[in-house]
Amino acid sequence: MTSSALPLIPLLPLLLGSLLCFWLGHANTPQRRALTAAAAGAVALTVLALLAAQAPAVLAGQTLLSQTPWVPGIGLNANFRLDALALMFAALISGIGLLVIVYAAWYLHADDPAGKFFGTLMLFMAAMLGIVLADNLLLLLVFWELTSISSFLLIGYWNGRQESRDGARMALAITGGGGLVMLAGFVLLGNIGGSYEISELLLRGELIKAHPLYPVALGLVLVGCFTKSAQFPFHFWLPHAMAAPTPVSAYLHSATMVKAGLFLLLRLYPVLGGTALFEGVVGTVGLVTMVFGAFVAVFRHDLKGLLAYSTISQLGLIAFLIGLGSPLAKVAAVFHILNHAAFKAALFMGAGIVDHETGTRDLRKLGGLFAALPVVGTLMLLAAAAMAGLPPFNGFISKEMMLHEAVYATTLWGGHWAVPLLATLGGLFSAAYSLRLVHDCFFNGPANTTKAGLPNPHPHEPPWGMKAPLLLLVAVCVAVGLAPALLAGDFVARVSADVLGAPPPDFKLALWHGLNLPLALSAVAVLGGLGFYALLMRGRRLHAYRQQAWGGQPAFEAVQTAVFGAAAALTRATENGSLQRYVAWMLGSALLVGAWAFAGGPLPGGGDRPPLPATPLAIGVWLLLLALLAGVLRFQHQRFVATVMVGGVGLVTSMTFLGFSAPDLALTQLSVDVVSTVLLLMGLALLPATSPKESPGWRKGRDAALALAVGAGMAWLAWLVMTRYHDAISWYFLETALPKGGGSNVVNVILVDYRGYDTFGEITVLGIAGVGVLALLDGLRAKRPGLDPAGLPWSYAAPPLMLRVAARLLLPMALVVSIYIFWRGHNLPGGGFIAGLVTGIALVLQYMAVGQSQAEALLHGQAGRRYTRWVGTGLGIAALTGIGAMLLNQPFLTSAFGHPVVPVLGELALASAAVFDLGVYITVVGATLLMLSVLGAASKGSKA
Amino acid sequence: MTLLTMEFLVASGIGLTTAAAVYLLLRGRSYAVVLGLSLLGYAVNVFIFAMGRLWVNAAPILEGKAEVADPLPQALVLTAIVIGFATTGFVVELALRSRQENGTDHVDGGEPKA
Repeated sequence: MTSSALPLIPLLPLLLGSLLCFWLGHANTPQRRALTAAAAGAVALTVLALLAAQAPAVLAGQTLLSQTPWVPGIGLNANFRLDALALMFAALISGIGLLVIVYAAWYLHADDPAGKFFGTLMLFMAAMLGIVLADNLLLLLVFWELTSISSFLLIGYWNGRQESRDGARMALAITGGGGLVMLAGFVLLGNIGGSYEISELLLRGELIKAHPLYPVALGLVLVGCFTKSAQFPFHFWLPHAMAAPTPVSAYLHSATMVKAGLFLLLRLYPVLGGTALFEGVVGTVGLVTMVFGAFVAVFRHDLKGLLAYSTISQLGLIAFLIGLGSPLAKVAAVFHILNHAAFKAALFMGAGIVDHETGTRDLRKLGGLFAALPVVGTLMLLAAAAMAGLPPFNGFISKEMMLHEAVYATTLWGGHWAVPLLATLGGLFSAAYSLRLVHDCFFNGPANTTKAGLPNPHPHEPPWGMKAPLLLLVAVCVAVGLAPALLAGDFVARVSADVLGAPPPDFKLALWHGLNLPLALSAVAVLGGLGFYALLMRGRRLHAYRQQAWGGQPAFEAVQTAVFGAAAALTRATENGSLQRYVAWMLGSALLVGAWAFAGGPLPGGGDRPPLPATPLAIGVWLLLLALLAGVLRFQHQRFVATVMVGGVGLVTSMTFLGFSAPDLALTQLSVDVVSTVLLLMGLALLPATSPKESPGWRKGRDAALALAVGAGMAWLAWLVMTRYHDAISWYFLETALPKGGGSNVVNVILVDYRGYDTFGEITVLGIAGVGVLALLDGLRAKRPGLDPAGLPWSYAAPPLMLRVAARLLLPMALVVSIYIFWRGHNLPGGGFIAGLVTGIALVLQYMAVGQSQAEALLHGQAGRRYTRWVGTGLGIAALTGIGAMLLNQPFLTSAFGHPVVPVLGELALASAAVFDLGVYITVVGATLLMLSVLGAASKGSKA
Repeated sequence: MTLLTMEFLVASGIGLTTAAAVYLLLRGRSYAVVLGLSLLGYAVNVFIFAMGRLWVNAAPILEGKAEVADPLPQALVLTAIVIGFATTGFVVELALRSRQENGTDHVDGGEPKA
């Protein structure tokens, strides 16, 4: 059945929730903080309502689907799926989310930014809802990584603290990295199963499990699940994540995000699960994690650290159950996920209250708090009893089921007795850390209300806003413990059916199953835990224990140190700060890559396009080029001479264009040459006039070899291409320029019409370069040398009279010429670029003739700053032309033209592209003047 | 067929200009690098232009000629020339700023150690 409401469930917090919270919480006033929390709560409530609206259909056994293609080319679709499993998780995420939001509204200090907190929390909620609702593996991965990122942001919420930053980075590296490994697994799964749709894959489990690559895909997906769900040996990020604010720990790092890995194991159970390999790996990792985490938890002195390791242990318990082959184990796993979410979120909230009220979480300093916090103490006592697996709480029932499955497991480790033994040991340590949590915090110390040794010596009961969520969760623990079949039985059965792909065998959730082996083991675990704790605590020996890092953390740190060290060494080896060296490396690599393409095959020779015979003029120009290049190299230390010769090479270039049928290019090159030579000379006036001779001989030799190799490569490639025939899209342009573009100068039609978008980009670059120059030199006053290289003082002559008169006469003529060039551009050589450059030259001439100050005054240039407006105007006109086409329902920059007959002037060829070209013209004039006048302003500085 | 074809002249011209440009790019003073970039701009523009092959008396103006040159590389190079000018301007002023900040025109931002 399709349901259009499904995408709303993750999208609502993603778009509306996060943006609204960021916006509302921007101002830090009490009203705004309350409003932000209220907005977040309202979103969570709406999500719950949306889920409730779908629940009847889902609980009746239907699977709701919603399908929207996103990037169908790679199999990524925004498909969502709501069955009972997804409903359970989505309800947990939004329900606990709502409680956490209420709790956090009172928890956060007045100077903690509320917008950042609730906005990121909304982001996380959306990501998590996306994971559980996604019906597409790739979509799921997108949300999966989004939870890693939002978790990173939330752990690092107090980003001024070192431990927050370290914890955030570690969590991101482990869970984000695991997600990437999982992506590889998903791609494999998609290839094997022929689809990324989970609904499709669920039907193809047998095919996938029989495939030779199944073990690889399973291994990769499991790495993702284990890192996210903090399974040994990837568990160590979770205790460090406790640097997050406590509401975050309660929400992400106990109730929801760390269960994402378990969710995925359940979701893909029909696809991947049930094999001996699956059972061996998941069951073993779960069992080891359960015992290990519980054991370490007993020895943690930090309240939240203890809870973190207990979470690791409980997650291990669930993973162990998922791994076990029997269907009832899945029922127990589903049930324990619910139970754990309830009691662990409650315990974290209680831990947050203790921290909030006393200012510390160190169990060695706390103790005897029951007198000061009787209500919180009672609630935590009840929640801890549920965690320890005592009757009549919910935790007891699911732990009994776990022990039952462990005792009767026949396939894991061949049904060895070590399995129930380890499971019982896990229960024993759980009882011990639960006991320690309550005892060390609320009883083990003097029972008075004033605690002199604490940072805050007067703890008292918090407001009900913080206690109410706690109370609600504890009530759930008790109620489910007392009436499990009534409250949870049907629902758990429904969810288990979705996990198994078939209805589970009959089971009854109950406190009392009669005297049997699991009950006996449970009693052993509780009593053993009591004894173990009593033994450790005798004479407070436990408080003297020094904690150390366990498991994967030393490995992670070793890898991190090694990677950072290697990166630093590589940087030192390659990046010595010498630009000369980088350029050499770059050119060398380019040469190598270019040569690589020809490696292995015979070198191609000349093609069959008949060559053009060289004319005497061409040979003369070629010889001139040789002479100029030799001159540039010979006189490179005398900069004025070299500059003039480089300008000469520009002239040769423009002759080349002219000779080979490119009049537009010749005109452009010629005008650019004029302005850029002026520019170079102006720059040179502020730089030393000569270069020292400092390169050692070996370096000159190396550079010459590199230069010749690069030059030879370019020449050879050019020759190869020029001697061959070619086919190009240009022929299309040639055919259609006149009938469709309305112009006979094809180059100009391409610029302003066919490739108008490119041109728009290019004039934007031009504008950016101009503004960049302004940013570089604005306000800079370069110190000019007072003496010339020969030691004579510079004198500043007034511009010669002839020049002034000529410039004044030339300006209107040049403007008329540029208008003419502009106007004819669509049909004859010319156009916006060339006309812009001609105008630029004419104006630059004014600068030279009447001086910087007068020209500035004339043009209102304000040291170049005003020309940014010209650039902006030009870009604006070009953009408006494009948008105008869009208003007429044509693609951006579509051109139109007509030939209206105007009295006196006759028939006129008018194209909307001409307006675009006008934008080009103004931008070019603006950018040219901007660069020159900024440089001119900089050189008006004081003499040194 | 002789070696002295237009294609040879253009190709070798591109090659030699590139070589001179690269040599200047590898010098230690900012102004030489600016000149090198200018030269490299010329060479690269002609190179791209030559991708449309060489044509004589065949300007891409539609007036009933039998054959016309490939207009596309010309259009690309036309904007490239103007952007090349903008880049040169930017680099010149970067060189100025760098000298102002570092007190030297060496590209590494400090006088080389002897």
